[in-house]
Amino acid sequence: MSGSSSSSVAGRDIVALEGVTKRFPGIVANDSVDLSIRPGEVHVLLGENGAGKSTLIGMLSGLQQPDEGRILVDGKPTPITSPRHALALGIGTVFQHMMLVPTLTVAENLLLGGPWWQRPRSEELETRVAEITSSLGITVKLHAKVSELSLGEQQQVEILRAMVRNSRLLILDESTSMLTPKGIEELGALMRRLVEQGLAIVFITHKLKEAAAFGDRISVLKLGRKVGEIPPERFRALGEQEIISEIVELMFGKQKDDPEAAQRPTRTIRADAVPLLQVADLSVAPTENAPGLSSISFDIRPGEILGIAGIDGNGQKQLAEALAGQRAATRGSVRLEGTAIDALSVGERRKRGLRYLTDDRLGEGTVGTFPVSINFFLKQVGAAPFWRSGVEQRAEIDRHAAELVREYDVRTPSLKTPVARLSGGNIQKVLLARELAEGAKVVIFNKPTYGLDLANTLASRQRIRDTAARGLAVLLISTDLEELLVMCDRVAVIANGAVVGTVENTDDARTRIGRLMIGLAA
Amino acid sequence: MSIDSAPTASATALDATSGAATRRDILHRLLMTLGPILAALVIAGFILLAVGVDPLAYYGYVLEKGLFSPLGIQQTLTRMAPLLFLAAGLIVAFRAGMWNLGGDGQFLLGAVTAAASAPMLVEILPAWPALICSFLIAMVVAMIWSLVPALLRAYQGVNEIITTLMMTFLGTSLANVLVKLVFRDPATTVPQTRTLPVEDRLPRLFDTTVTSGLLLGLAAIVIVHLVMTRTAFGLKLRIVGANPRAAVHAGLGVPGLTIAVFAISAGLAGLAGAVDIIGVQGNVRADWNPAYGLAVIPAVFLARMNGFAAIGFVFLLSVLSIGGESAARRLGVPNHFTLVLVSIVLIVLALAEYIDHRYNQSRKA
Repeated sequence: MSGSSSSSVAGRDIVALEGVTKRFPGIVANDSVDLSIRPGEVHVLLGENGAGKSTLIGMLSGLQQPDEGRILVDGKPTPITSPRHALALGIGTVFQHMMLVPTLTVAENLLLGGPWWQRPRSEELETRVAEITSSLGITVKLHAKVSELSLGEQQQVEILRAMVRNSRLLILDESTSMLTPKGIEELGALMRRLVEQGLAIVFITHKLKEAAAFGDRISVLKLGRKVGEIPPERFRALGEQEIISEIVELMFGKQKDDPEAAQRPTRTIRADAVPLLQVADLSVAPTENAPGLSSISFDIRPGEILGIAGIDGNGQKQLAEALAGQRAATRGSVRLEGTAIDALSVGERRKRGLRYLTDDRLGEGTVGTFPVSINFFLKQVGAAPFWRSGVEQRAEIDRHAAELVREYDVRTPSLKTPVARLSGGNIQKVLLARELAEGAKVVIFNKPTYGLDLANTLASRQRIRDTAARGLAVLLISTDLEELLVMCDRVAVIANGAVVGTVENTDDARTRIGRLMIGLAA
Repeated sequence: MSIDSAPTASATALDATSGAATRRDILHRLLMTLGPILAALVIAGFILLAVGVDPLAYYGYVLEKGLFSPLGIQQTLTRMAPLLFLAAGLIVAFRAGMWNLGGDGQFLLGAVTAAASAPMLVEILPAWPALICSFLIAMVVAMIWSLVPALLRAYQGVNEIITTLMMTFLGTSLANVLVKLVFRDPATTVPQTRTLPVEDRLPRLFDTTVTSGLLLGLAAIVIVHLVMTRTAFGLKLRIVGANPRAAVHAGLGVPGLTIAVFAISAGLAGLAGAVDIIGVQGNVRADWNPAYGLAVIPAVFLARMNGFAAIGFVFLLSVLSIGGESAARRLGVPNHFTLVLVSIVLIVLALAEYIDHRYNQSRKA
């Protein structure tokens, strides 16, 4: 590998993206992203979950094709048609989850993918591996089984595999997420040695510290768009703290194209009103792939919107599910209008007026293959007037559904259309109609505008404001700080499953919330 | 053979053109079902040619015995009774997304308990109450047998395909043990249960040999179809089947519904066993296992869990199995050739579905 490209750091782009856009049903995953990847640089891609990092990697590694824009390899427009093609172009990817066969040895894993009609060339491999490892200063046990290696060692094997295949560009997707602090440090040193040999590295992470410590150039993605870049010259000029604060500004700072950015809610909530929802000391045990909650407490009064801010995956979904009754709490209490509802089931909580609008619209919010009309009443199956003695009243359902379609402006070809056929914005309207139906007292909105276009975002926000104006208590979970600032009366910041601070939405709320989100005191 | 593909095709309807679209849709569905069946008949014909049998003669005998001869059609209709009950049970389970493949064990246990209880009960009770009790006993026993897979799936998430298949082996063996050791008729030398006198069995329809169990089977499958499509309970089961996470989110008691699905499905399989014994066989011989449970699965799939379509396919299956037995005897083909035929139909159907899906995808793109 070492000799194949010169170590001229100022070289041309190995790979460049020009205005790349990728859409999925209902959301725009990447919105005209430009990116230049150069030899001798660690290019950090930074962004929250759902910012579009994985989609970008998918397109670079040949798993997905862009809808618009083009990818240039060595300056020539080249569609990357398959993972095999990507490898042939010298683009090697180390995915977030290990892609090694645990029951085979390291050497066998490295030999996988060779032509099937040839005997594996193990001697050749050994000399090649020795060459690479000695130049990088790592040791790899070729004859150990992969299952016996630590995660850090497995990752080295994956990087080695990319090197054996003559990669010029190495993509590391969330590679530090499963490593120990020491392993992370070693990976950083290894990346440094690799770029010194003239390799280009794309390093994906959502951890600010790593970005500042390991990067040469940083691109920040937010909701599918590239919102900023710190080029190497600037990067070198700034200290670590300055870089982090600049990234925070990029990630959470004002967005120019949000038309509501300047507004702030002007509601007055009677401070002496009895809270509709009281949560005290709520705790949930962590599971394998989700953080727990530790002793969360807050109150929401009638007409109030309480925001939950935080980087995605810090327990927001667990909080919503615990309140809705979908997840068992280990401790604490939830009171609705002063009555404890801890022992009640999901259905009973809903009946009492606690509504949960999920962020996973197709995964759990709706049954995609069922018609729009039924999805309006998914949480009322069996209830009058839509069912009488258990028998479906088709006319009644259709009449009410038609009313809701009109009232909430759902754009659907017909009531019979499977709900999965609708756009994300219209599915969201179906959910809004369902959760805001009569009897609602407290509504939990989980990322209600995620993936929606501007018109639908504004419409959804207006619904939420109207909800509060009707005197309901609203819990608004969002990863979009802008949204929280234009909607909420107070914002609680969640990190690692705990509320780290609650901020009144005043003039300096933005900076205070931003600081809380990255672990600094407000 | 995907279940969720069924509703997607029916979704092309737009308000203005919905009538025409529905008609086109039905036509498309018919083509997608009958086309593969015809193709499979042709392929099976080539196999028959390869083993030196005239396929036209084979199909001719099948139709003659299974459909056109008076005796044959009566046998065909009689055979339908247990198959319809089994199909009804499978429709409930499959629509709820649960793969109860233990129908044979549940069927046999139902059959054995019906065979054991009916001759005793008719001696102490009037005819009808006795038979009804016997049906109920068979149903309850089959339900209890389904409890292990049901509880494992509901509370531990254990895959029910494996557990029900394993339970079916145990159930078949247990049924045999019961016949040989517990319910054995002391008056005969062959191990079998006491025989229910012909006059105490379910009455025959009019002047034919067709059992009135056929009507019970038809009623069962129609009721199941209506419950699944028209009631809140059926909708709840379909939600669990189509998107279990949405079911949890909507506040449905998924574990309870799971157990209910298994109980209903197995109960209907047990009734299938009872209707075959009380209506037709009169007793259970040791080692008797007609394996209807597995045979019905393709028919239910072809019908895409639609009760009315299932009646048609169960009829077809009966014709094939009654006619196939006779044709096989006359032409020297192995008796199991019907199974070969059914499996070819399934493979061709799966291929057709795959091609149709790819075509739709490419048209959309």
